Amino acid sequence: MKKRVIEFNDYSFKYHSQTAPTLNNINITVYEGEKVLIVGPSGSGKSTIGHCISGLVPFSYKGEVTGSLKILGRDAQSLDIFTRSKIVGTVLQDPDGQFIGLTVGEDIAFSLENDCTDQMTMKKLVEETAITVEMNEYLPASIHHLSGGQKQRVSLAGVMVDKVEIILFDEPLANLDPATGQYAIELIDRIHKETNKTVVIIEHRLEDVLHRHVDRIIVVDDGRIVADMSPDKLLSSSILEASHIREPLYVRAVKYAGCEVKEDMKPSQLHSFSIESCKDKLLDWFKAGNQVVPKEGKSPALDLKDISFSYAPGHETIKGITLSIKKGEMVSIVGKNGAGKSTLSKIICGFEKPRSGSILFNEQDVTGDTIKERSLRIGMVMQNPNHMISKHIVFDEVALGLNIRGVPENEAKKQVEKVLKICGLYPFRNWPISALSFGQKKRVTIASILVLEPEVMILDEPTAGQDLRHYTEMMDFLAELNRQGMTIILITHDTHLMLEYTTRAIVIDKGRIIADKQPSLILTDSEITSLANLKETSLLVLAKRVGMKEPKAFVEHYIAYDREVRKKWQ
Amino acid sequence: MKKNQLSIKTIVAIGIGAAVFIILAKFAAIPSPVPNTTIQTSYAFLALMAVVFGPIAGGLIGLIGHALNDAISYGSVWWSWVVVSMIVGLLIGLAAKKMDIESGVFHTKKIITFNIVQVIAQGIGWFLLAPALDILIYAEPANKVFLQGLFAGLSNMVTVGVIGTLLLAGYAKTRSRSNSLTREL
Amino acid sequence: MAVEMLSYIDRKSPIHQLTGVTKLICFIVWSSAAMLTYDTRILAFLFVFSILIFMISKIKVSEVSFVLIFILVFLFINNLAIYLFSPQEGVKIYGSSHVLFEIAGRYTVTIEQIFYQCNVTLKYFAVIPVALLFIVTTHPSEFAASLNKIGVSYRISYAVALALRYIPDIQRDFRNIALSQQARGIDMSKKEKLPIRIKNAASIIFPLILSSMDKIETISNAMELRGFGKNNQRTWYRARPFQAGDYVTLAAFGLIFVTAMVVTFHDGNRFYNPFV
Ligand SMILES: Nc1ncnc2c1ncn2[C@@H]1O[C@H](COP(=O)(O)OP(=O)(O)OP(=O)(O)O)[C@@H](O)[C@H]1O
Ligand SMILES: Nc1ncnc2c1ncn2[C@@H]1O[C@H](COP(=O)(O)OP(=O)(O)OP(=O)(O)O)[C@@H](O)[C@H]1O
Ligand SMILES: [Mg+2]
Ligand SMILES: [Mg+2]
Repeated sequence: MKKRVIEFNDYSFKYHSQTAPTLNNINITVYEGEKVLIVGPSGSGKSTIGHCISGLVPFSYKGEVTGSLKILGRDAQSLDIFTRSKIVGTVLQDPDGQFIGLTVGEDIAFSLENDCTDQMTMKKLVEETAITVEMNEYLPASIHHLSGGQKQRVSLAGVMVDKVEIILFDEPLANLDPATGQYAIELIDRIHKETNKTVVIIEHRLEDVLHRHVDRIIVVDDGRIVADMSPDKLLSSSILEASHIREPLYVRAVKYAGCEVKEDMKPSQLHSFSIESCKDKLLDWFKAGNQVVPKEGKSPALDLKDISFSYAPGHETIKGITLSIKKGEMVSIVGKNGAGKSTLSKIICGFEKPRSGSILFNEQDVTGDTIKERSLRIGMVMQNPNHMISKHIVFDEVALGLNIRGVPENEAKKQVEKVLKICGLYPFRNWPISALSFGQKKRVTIASILVLEPEVMILDEPTAGQDLRHYTEMMDFLAELNRQGMTIILITHDTHLMLEYTTRAIVIDKGRIIADKQPSLILTDSEITSLANLKETSLLVLAKRVGMKEPKAFVEHYIAYDREVRKKWQ
Repeated sequence: MKKNQLSIKTIVAIGIGAAVFIILAKFAAIPSPVPNTTIQTSYAFLALMAVVFGPIAGGLIGLIGHALNDAISYGSVWWSWVVVSMIVGLLIGLAAKKMDIESGVFHTKKIITFNIVQVIAQGIGWFLLAPALDILIYAEPANKVFLQGLFAGLSNMVTVGVIGTLLLAGYAKTRSRSNSLTREL
Repeated sequence: MAVEMLSYIDRKSPIHQLTGVTKLICFIVWSSAAMLTYDTRILAFLFVFSILIFMISKIKVSEVSFVLIFILVFLFINNLAIYLFSPQEGVKIYGSSHVLFEIAGRYTVTIEQIFYQCNVTLKYFAVIPVALLFIVTTHPSEFAASLNKIGVSYRISYAVALALRYIPDIQRDFRNIALSQQARGIDMSKKEKLPIRIKNAASIIFPLILSSMDKIETISNAMELRGFGKNNQRTWYRARPFQAGDYVTLAAFGLIFVTAMVVTFHDGNRFYNPFV
């Protein structure tokens, strides 16, 4: 019988500011050396479970605990947070508070310093750990100069230096481009295998995590455990669909094709997935879906002419980008971490002044316009929600823009409530934003721009950390606005989002546009996908495995069909 | 952790507070009608932090923030005025207990207390301490340094009185009371 | 928005070689010496000596010129003010009056006054090079370790480290907030009237404070989770062991300090009076 490392028994937790408990009678047992994945809708309580394990609940987040939590067989209450920190290493969800040290080396060494490790030993340990995460080159580098992916590795190293038993990741993939995300998963897997630590991962991107073997998946919905079983078993059930979590696309497809997924088919990983029995069903199901044709002939809404920009003199972040976006288009901008996507969007909104080049809006030059003037036509949702939130209460935050524009009270109220409903925030409208989960915060910022209904809307990573349900509701609403003529630009790492909703994808690499064509064409161009750290969707792989003649058409068919199915949710 | 030591939260508050103090001092000065004088918002922030995190935090934020700001923007430290920032932060911090801002209530009575305290604290700092130290260290003419102190003091009192009060009121609102959040469908 | 700030400048120089502790102590000794004395000879010596040190450090004047210019302007205005407010301060201090020439009323120019004001200026000049050097040759992450070494509690030392660490972040946040506020239609420029401007300023400062409060929350959580504050002391990854150079330097500075004090106060007056 394996040793039990984490043991929740009828455990409930209520944040002191809440009236209803956030976790209800949860029972989880994690055994030594296991690798467990926790999934669930946004706001379901995943991070809270993480806090309970790491000790932030109840030491930092006060509240009422009932039931029992045992860690390594000892009652959690009896372990103070320092003893905990020796047992559990945590990588937090919030990108801002993650790094404490000034340089990579210091940050990795932080917990060693606190243990009064003498310098020689410390240097050695840091070096070793840095090597396992392949950051030994960067020890003297300042944290500020690291890319998203590198930051992930450092934070991992930071918890690995002291010999913790349990490593806890809260959304390790958020904001990582597909390839980097894949790398992170492989890294975690390698460490898990080498050190045989117990690993708990909280993540929305189920398919990406399943890139490597996972022992068990725990599904949380509204503070309750709705499933706790092996990936294969879970994927062959309909639980994920019920709690609106995106299944791996290839599994969806097979189910749509009307063939039953059974545990022994090993659906958890595509290469091991035995789909022989479904081949014919899939082929029948697939009747070439109608091609998505990019909207043409409309007048341009936004023109960028040879834009160049650099944050620090010497090294250019944006190098002579020329780009024209037509009225009523819905385009996606993709590219690896640090490519310059967010920077480009900031230039368009006037947050940054291009060193050279000009910006045209409806064919008139707006390069000289102030942010305020541009904001009347261009709305932008920034990547990091903390950078936009300026009010305390959800409702006020969303209403702010309308108030400043002098929209009458009751009129504003109507619009705000409408948008809040779409973003699934209506029940929280009178809550302080600080009491929201990360994904909920992100939605608040989206709502605060949606409500202004600008002519052009730019969304930076809108779906990061969102569950399938909110993803669908928000994206469909955007698609609707788009049909009514709003021009929409999506910056995203989600290749499926790009395929599903946009008719044109612009690939940026090192501040240059390296491709600008139909999303499906981009995903099938191996050179571009590798340059942009994109990952080919599992649907293509599936189609190829089944031996379809036109895999692309299959993907489009899937998307069309899938959209119909999800319509029923609303 | 032992009681007599600073809590981690206070330490972080001091660090971040000092950083914010510097940024506000450098960027968030409001252009005022009086030529080449600006309204310093950083002291309003100092007052807020002092009220929220207590005298030690207040004092150290003033000390570290002001000293670092002098150092990185002027390449030398005017200790006489740095000390003043520290004392102001510390004195205002003494009122923290009475204010009890975490309770979320910040009514007129508290507003008045706060402003009395801040005026006294800054009075001591700018009208007495600053000139005294300037004379002691730099042997500068008394009337000059007293006028300087007078001007700095008055403008800071006004800023803290207006913006500081606004900030505190706003902050108090953000303290969500227990058992207050329910989903309203 | 881009206001220049002094920061660590990486060089290979004897000054950079010294440990942060040494530099910190020297900086303190030096400043207190310059603060206490008003003896022209000492000040002159300190000034010349600090110029020498500055040369050794291989730091180019152009790299720090922006502060130098600022300081010069400051000193000029300061001198002007001193003269306006008390043109006879020097006479008061040195107890004699050698009139050079007369301007209106009390504004007669005396050698004493000029001498006095030269001293005031010299007092600043004597500190500036050393202070500048201390800032640009000490790596921020070594700074905290040094504070701790000279007896400041490591908790407070770490607070200083955090401040240094988060200045860029806060600056970035502040900028983002200011921008996204303007993107919602708030105007910060001189176009608005003062009361509105103050209100708008608050509307930018407030989010910054909220986000900073959240930062404080998350950072202290992260630190707690990694065992900060567990023991009564801690070690420092970036601390450096003392070398011969450090001892020599410290000895030298100690000597200078003592001599300076003796020379200054042997006659019981911190002013050097050439007029008697
Ligand atoms: N500090 C807090 N105070 C009060 N309520 C909170 C606090 N943090 C979270 N909550 C509430 O608890 C619920 C669960 O939050 P949690 O962060 O665990 O969700 P999550 O599953 O991690 O969501 P996400 O996937 O978006 O991160 C949310 O409804 C949120 O409003
Ligand atoms: N405010 C800033 N100051 C200096 N450099 C910056 C700033 N913001 C971004 N950079 C740098 O500019 C480059 C592009 O950053 P940007 O955020 O545009 O990348 P991105 O494509 O959005 O990446 P991600 O997909 O991770 O969001 C990166 O190397 C980044 O380090
Ligand atoms: Mg979460
Ligand atoms: Mg980005």
